[in-house]
Amino acid sequence: MLAVLAQVSDFVTPTIDYHAIAPELALVAALVVVLIVDLMKPGGNNPFVASMAGLGVLAALIPVITLAVDGADRSLFDGAFVVDNFSLVAKALFLVSGYVVVLMSTNYIAEGDYAEGEYYVLLLSSLLGMVLMASARDLITVFIALELLSIPAYMLAGWRKRDLIGNEAGVKYYLMGVFASAVLLYGMSILFGVAGDTRLAEIGQAIAGGAGETALITLAIVFVVVGFAFKVSAVPFHTWAPDVYEGAPTPITAFLAVASKAAGFVALLQVIYIAFPGRTDIIEPLMWVLAAATMTIGNLIALRQTNVVRLLAYSGVAQAGFILAPLSVSSDLSLQAVITYLVIYAAMNLGAFAAVIGIARKTRSAEISTFGGLFEYAPGLTVILSLFLFSLAGIPPLGGWLAKFVVFRALADANTTAGYVMGAIVAVNSVIALYYYANVAREMWMKPVPDGDRSPVVVPFSIGAALALTVVATVAFGVSDLATRLGDQATFLLAL
Amino acid sequence: MDFIQDWGLTAMVFAPLAGVAIMMLFPKDADDTHKVLALLTSLVTAAIGIAVLADFDYDDTGSLQFVRDNEWISVINSRFILGIDGLSVPLIALTLLITPLVIAYSWNHFPEPHNPKAFLSLILVLHTGMLGTFVAQDLILFFVFFEVVLLPMYFMIGVWGGPERQYASIKFFLYTLFGSALMLLSFLALFFLTGGETFSIVELAERVQGMDIARTTQLLVFGGMFMGFAIKVPMFPFHTWLPDAHTQAPTQGSVILAAVLLKLGTYGFIRVALPILPEAAQSWAPWIGGLAVIGIIYGALGCLAQTDMKRLIAFSSVAHMGYTMLGISTLTDFGLNAAVFGMVAHGLITGMLFFIAGSVKERYHTLEIKRLGGLLVSAPRLGWILGFCTMASLGLPGLAGFWGEFPAILAAYQPAEGLPVELFRGYMVVAAIGTVLAAGYLLWLYQRTAFGTVKDEFVDDPNIHDVNGPEWIAWTPLLALILVLGVYPNLLFKVSDGSIVNVAQQIAAATGN
Repeated sequence: MLAVLAQVSDFVTPTIDYHAIAPELALVAALVVVLIVDLMKPGGNNPFVASMAGLGVLAALIPVITLAVDGADRSLFDGAFVVDNFSLVAKALFLVSGYVVVLMSTNYIAEGDYAEGEYYVLLLSSLLGMVLMASARDLITVFIALELLSIPAYMLAGWRKRDLIGNEAGVKYYLMGVFASAVLLYGMSILFGVAGDTRLAEIGQAIAGGAGETALITLAIVFVVVGFAFKVSAVPFHTWAPDVYEGAPTPITAFLAVASKAAGFVALLQVIYIAFPGRTDIIEPLMWVLAAATMTIGNLIALRQTNVVRLLAYSGVAQAGFILAPLSVSSDLSLQAVITYLVIYAAMNLGAFAAVIGIARKTRSAEISTFGGLFEYAPGLTVILSLFLFSLAGIPPLGGWLAKFVVFRALADANTTAGYVMGAIVAVNSVIALYYYANVAREMWMKPVPDGDRSPVVVPFSIGAALALTVVATVAFGVSDLATRLGDQATFLLAL
Repeated sequence: MDFIQDWGLTAMVFAPLAGVAIMMLFPKDADDTHKVLALLTSLVTAAIGIAVLADFDYDDTGSLQFVRDNEWISVINSRFILGIDGLSVPLIALTLLITPLVIAYSWNHFPEPHNPKAFLSLILVLHTGMLGTFVAQDLILFFVFFEVVLLPMYFMIGVWGGPERQYASIKFFLYTLFGSALMLLSFLALFFLTGGETFSIVELAERVQGMDIARTTQLLVFGGMFMGFAIKVPMFPFHTWLPDAHTQAPTQGSVILAAVLLKLGTYGFIRVALPILPEAAQSWAPWIGGLAVIGIIYGALGCLAQTDMKRLIAFSSVAHMGYTMLGISTLTDFGLNAAVFGMVAHGLITGMLFFIAGSVKERYHTLEIKRLGGLLVSAPRLGWILGFCTMASLGLPGLAGFWGEFPAILAAYQPAEGLPVELFRGYMVVAAIGTVLAAGYLLWLYQRTAFGTVKDEFVDDPNIHDVNGPEWIAWTPLLALILVLGVYPNLLFKVSDGSIVNVAQQIAAATGN
């Protein structure tokens, strides 16, 4: 086969650095193992698949760590696949988030009427797409990674197949997602047409040169940004999020709200910092408008929510606005701020969902009113969920304050009117957000038990483990420099 | 003694958290275990604190001692810097005293819905936040500790408070959070204006002097800090959260709020705002003084209109903190010393008044002034203690309250060079009128609650008994200190003077006088 190829063109077999792609390989291996293990017990759920999936994710973390220890930047396939500090931090973030999602899923999926094997296979595939995305530095690789992470997610969103809301979630997510992909692809095709190359670094050079002046490039940039704005649920491309979040199984909601959103941001950062650094005059105003609209509208709608999952969905929209804010100014601290925020956000938001899953095992509902008096019969879960909510609101010493702080810092560093105005918008929105987060806390701490049922909540081991991980991370991020150091490391982006 | 020198402050600040961690190991229904553990923790904290204060060099109160300077969040240039000087010592001592007393008082005064584990844990978390604020010497660290107190207080009011507790707690939270968001922006602006290298309070003060920062910028940055601190104090017109929070909070919450939390604001002015931005402070001072005297009169008039004893005491806090802020606004060492004394005195006296209000509420199940009466008949010792505290609160010479009020008023006669003297003398007159009003509302309160005969509904009420054991334990130290500081105020002035003179000199040097 290779001989034939060599005759028809000047094809050269690429030398593959297996260490560099080891995280992806490990995930592929885990995926295959889960499939086989599931097949060994036909007609029923195999209790081992969840642990196999979890172990697979952890196994994929090992090469990420060895690559980080090694420290060398690696570039494969003519620069289409790159391993640098940025990608390693992003991969670690995806994998740890993925592991927490597996922990959250274990009992939820096993106890529901769901097919377990397929669930974990799809989850691992989506995770593989994210891990690949962190290294993708070429339009085609970016697109493949995006579809690899999205298509399994469409199916997972509709996993509750006997539930109408679940079906709606799946279909809605699919239709909106495909639409966004089409827009993105169209933008990419124009980019390729103008720059004559699919590699992000080459596109960056072409734009910095003459190609950046053409009107067409503006269109291409806007289309590409809009394509990713859908993934990160930025207003006005957020309309899918609340319905999908409500309809999907809660662990998948957490997965979409954290890992999938982070993947969207990682892709966005890659194109902005590698392909479009020459056109900050388009990117910055665009990001300014997106960020301001996203946080304000997300917050205002969140104020009216009565269901905690929908509330977290809209608060997640608002948080996406906070994360976009540093990109609206030119500051050397913006990239660091975004990554730091993503890392902290992952810990606290995953934790919030894990706590909601734990609580909903007893209340059988995610309506906020059913959480009344929780403090009386489940003080541990109440304290933990309150910690996450107030962390999301940015109250020190919990992690969220540091995330907000680095955003303020980047905005102040730019020293422009636009930056300070954005800072004021972030400040006002933080206060609005506190109101609805505190509202949930108020229900749990200060209201009576609605149905008088005070039987204690039994938290299964895996949920407990997920909670322990996220609580420790949320507090540690708030009182130490762990998250900021990760964010700082991630600014080492190859070809920057 | 090396451990105390190097780690004493750190151990003192985090000891309460260690106690909370131990309490978490015991089940919720082990009430007595939690009470003992919490009391022990607060006593251990106090012991560490006393060891530190005993080792403190009182001949050199002007410079920072026990300095601990470690790496912290280096990416954002924030360091873990702790240290104390003559300004921190009185407030730390006050905090170390109040917390064990509050816990001791809780022994048989648990507000509904009970749950000592959660309640006492929150008090201990508060303890860490308060102590940390008084020892932090890095703006970001200061900010974190300043905010740590929010959550426990929110829950304390919201869960264990009165009927309107949910409204009061969220109002308290939103107000203070809004102020601190602006304050944080100011800190960041300062950081970047001074070259983006440090958040250390001492270094920032030096850098600002060495730089030529535009006047309007300085005024704006000071404005941001002013919002953060003034809401906490609270100054008129940002005081509206206070009466609600105080009235709804459980007794223990009110005491801590009045005794220590309000001081975080005034302390912030003297520790952070004045030394770092002396020129802006000078421009702001007439406005601060003006708001302070409005607060004195407004608070007093508010008191006269109250029908609820606890709400009356809350409004009196607005007036008393007005004297403290008037002292600060003079920018003289005399006025600032008066402010520090005022903080401690108000902490002791108003803390006591809230304790008494709590005990009255527990006996009568109401705090409506017109239903009370004859306290001296039905519970004579409680009545006498209330009398003692109202006298102290209205500034009777010989008791602590006098030394907070009188020097502050006197300081306004001769404010720092460069401030409008006539205006401040005007403030002085208004503030003096305020003392008359204070005597009016406090004596009227005492007359209506303690004198006269017992109202029919409470005659032979078995619930009304005199001061009991835990109350004596919690109150005696406070009453003694009110008297001791009143008779021998130098005890406190001597400690605070060194660092206050430094601040005043910094201001004088920067404003070119």
